[in-house]
Amino acid sequence: MRMTFSQAIEEAIAYAMAQDERVIVFGEDVHLLRMNLLARFGPQRVMNTPISESAFLGAAVGAAMAGLRPIVEVMLVDFIGVCLDALLNQAAKVEAFSGGRWRVPMVVRASCGGGYGDAGQHEQCLWGLLAGIPGLAVVVPSNPADACGLMLASILNNSPVVFLEHKLLSDYWLLYLGSGGRKNVSFDVPSDGAEGEVPLPLSAVPIGSAKVRRAGKDIAIITLGVSVHRALEAAEKLWGRGIEAEVIDLRSVSPLDSEAILSAAAKTRRVLVVDEDYLGFGLSGEVAAIISSSGIQSSFARIGPLQAIPYARHLEDEVLPGADDIFRAAFDLIQR
Amino acid sequence: MDEIKLEKLYSQMARMRSFELAASDLWQRGMISGELHLGTGEEAVVAGVVAHLVEGDAMALDHRSTPPLVARGADIKLLASELLGWQDGICRGRGGHMHLFVPDLLSASSGIVGSSGPLGVGFALAASRLRPGKVAVCFFGEGAMNQGMMLESLNLAVSWKLPLVFVCKDNGWAITTRSKDVTSGRLERRARAFGMPSWRVNGLRADKVWEASRRAISRARAGGGPAFILARCTHLDGHFLGDPLLRVLEDPVGQMREIGEPLIKSVASEGATWKEKVAGLGSIGKTISVVALERRLRKLDPLEVTGKLLGDKALELRAEAESEIEAEVAKALKGREGL
Ligand SMILES: Cc1ncc(C[n+]2csc(CCOP(=O)(O)OP(=O)(O)O)c2C)c(N)n1
Repeated sequence: MRMTFSQAIEEAIAYAMAQDERVIVFGEDVHLLRMNLLARFGPQRVMNTPISESAFLGAAVGAAMAGLRPIVEVMLVDFIGVCLDALLNQAAKVEAFSGGRWRVPMVVRASCGGGYGDAGQHEQCLWGLLAGIPGLAVVVPSNPADACGLMLASILNNSPVVFLEHKLLSDYWLLYLGSGGRKNVSFDVPSDGAEGEVPLPLSAVPIGSAKVRRAGKDIAIITLGVSVHRALEAAEKLWGRGIEAEVIDLRSVSPLDSEAILSAAAKTRRVLVVDEDYLGFGLSGEVAAIISSSGIQSSFARIGPLQAIPYARHLEDEVLPGADDIFRAAFDLIQR
Repeated sequence: MDEIKLEKLYSQMARMRSFELAASDLWQRGMISGELHLGTGEEAVVAGVVAHLVEGDAMALDHRSTPPLVARGADIKLLASELLGWQDGICRGRGGHMHLFVPDLLSASSGIVGSSGPLGVGFALAASRLRPGKVAVCFFGEGAMNQGMMLESLNLAVSWKLPLVFVCKDNGWAITTRSKDVTSGRLERRARAFGMPSWRVNGLRADKVWEASRRAISRARAGGGPAFILARCTHLDGHFLGDPLLRVLEDPVGQMREIGEPLIKSVASEGATWKEKVAGLGSIGKTISVVALERRLRKLDPLEVTGKLLGDKALELRAEAESEIEAEVAKALKGREGL
C-alpha cells in the first residue's frame, strides 16, 4: 500500500499497540503529533510529557525493565544531549550488568537530519555517537517500507533501539520546522523516500541488515538515510560517465552489517562512505576499520560534515553531502 | 535607573515589536528558512528587565532571543542580516534566530530548552569574580522550568549566592502542550523553595515587571544572591510562525479535512475502550478550543495594555520605533532583495 514515510511509521506503531497492550507512547506534544494514536488508544497509552527529557527517558528505562514496552519520543535527536545518561549509563548497561538476566525493551524515536535551515542544534544526525555505545541498536530508514519494517522490528526487539526519522522524509516535521505552511520555500525532498509502497501484511525488517539499492561493479557507495537518495542520484550521473556504482543502504548503524560492507568492498575494491553525521570518529571510520581489518584490499574515501551545521541555507548545503559532492568524490576515487 | 521612565520602556517595547514584525514579514516572504519563534507578546517582560541592565551585565537567552537583544541595543541591521542568513549578519549567517551570540553585550542564546539556566549561572559566576557589581539575567519559558538543568541551576545559583536573576516568561503553553497539565505546584513557590525571593508579576505591564526586576537586580548587584521573576505573558503569534494550532483556527475546514479522515478512521479501529477514546478525542478538542478562546481574548497584547498607561503618546512612540526599525531593516535588505 502507498504510504508516506510518517504514515508508515504510525502504521507500524498502531499495529504493535493493537497487538500488545504493553506498548505505550510518550513524549513532548504527542497529543498533537500522534493525534491518531491518541484517538485510537486513549490518553493512558499516549501520554504528553513535560520538557523533562532526563526524567521521562530515564522513566522509559524503568518502565521497560518492569514490563512495559515504551516508545519514547525525543523530538529531535539533538535534544538527546540533555538526557544521554538514560541511554549511555542506564538502558545500555542493564543487560550487560545483569549478566543478560534483565533486558530493556524500549524504542527511542527521534527525528534527525538537516536541509531546511534550522542550524546545528536541530539538524544533527548523531547516529555515530549513539551507535558507539555498546548495548544500543540504532536504525535509520530511508523509505516508507523500511520505516515501517524497522519500527516494527524495534518494538519487537527486547533491547533498546534508537529509531531515527529524517526530517526531510517526514512530511509533518518539514511542515512544522521547515515551511510552516508556506508555499514560497522549498526543500530537496527525495520523493522515493518521502512516499512509497509498504508491503502488506506489515512485516519486520531485520535490524542490522543492509540493502543493495543499486548494483554496480566499479565503486560501492555506502550510506544511509537521505544520503541514500543523493547517492542514487549521483550513481545515475556516474553511469552517464560509464561508471557503475553500487549503492548500499545500511539501514542500521548498530549493529552494522559488516557482511554487506565486505562483500561490496570485495566486489568493487573502491568504497566511498557518505555520511550526514559527523565525519570524524564515527560511522565512516567504522566502515574503514571493518574493511581494513578484513584484509580486503580496497581504496577508500568518505564525505560528510566536519563542522557544526550552519544556519544559512547556502552554507548548510556546503556542509551536508549532496548528489554533486558524491559524484565528485566517487569520480576522484575512481581516478586515484 | 531608579525612577521608572514608562515612555522609555514603551519605546523599547515598540522597537522589539517592530523588529519581530519585520522578521515575520521576511519569513512570510520565504526569505527566512526554518523555524521562527517570535517574541511578540513578551515585550513588556523583556523591557522591564533589560531597562535595569548596564554595561558589563550579561544575558542568557532562549529561542526567542531577538527582543532582548533589540532592547539591549544590538545592531538592528546586523540582526536582520543574520536572520536572512547573510555573511554580514551578526553571526555571519551561521547562527540564525535561535543561536545569536553578541559578545560585546555578553549575550548568547540557545535553542535547547532550559539551557539559559546554566549559562546564566556561568555568566553570574564570571561577573562575581571579574566584574563585581555586575549581574546576569536569564530568560526562559515556563516549560523550561521542568527541565532538569534549569532546576539544578536554581539550586546552584542559590548555593553559590550568585548575582543572577531568573526571568520566567509564562505564556502557559509549551508548543501544543498546556503547561498546567504537565507541571506540578506553582512556579513562583517552586523557586522560593530553593531559598530565593520570587515575584509573580503581570507580564503585560512593563511597569510592574520593571518594579519587580528593580528589586531583584539591585539585590543581586549588592551581593544578595539570585532572585526569580515569574511574568505571565502571551504569544501573539503562537509557538512559532506557521503554528499548527493556529492554522487549525485560521482554516478550520481545510485543516479538518486533512486531519479529520485519519482521525475518524483511528477512532473506529480496534484499540482502547470507548471511554478512553473519548478521553483522547477530548484532549485534542480541548487543546484547540482553549487556543481559540485565548485568541478571542485579544486584550492580551502587552503593547496595548502598557500603552494604555500612556494614552496618545503611545501611538507617537510606536510610530517612531517603527520608522527607526524599518529603516535599519531596509538597510540590511538594500540591494539584496530577491536574493
Ligand atoms: C531540550 C529540548 N527539548 C525540547 C525542545 C523543543 N522545544 C522547543 S521550544 C519548546 C517549548 C518551550 O516552552 P517554554 O519553555 O514555555 O517556552 P516558549 O516556547 O513557550 O516560549 C520545546 C518543547 C527543545 N528545543 N529543547
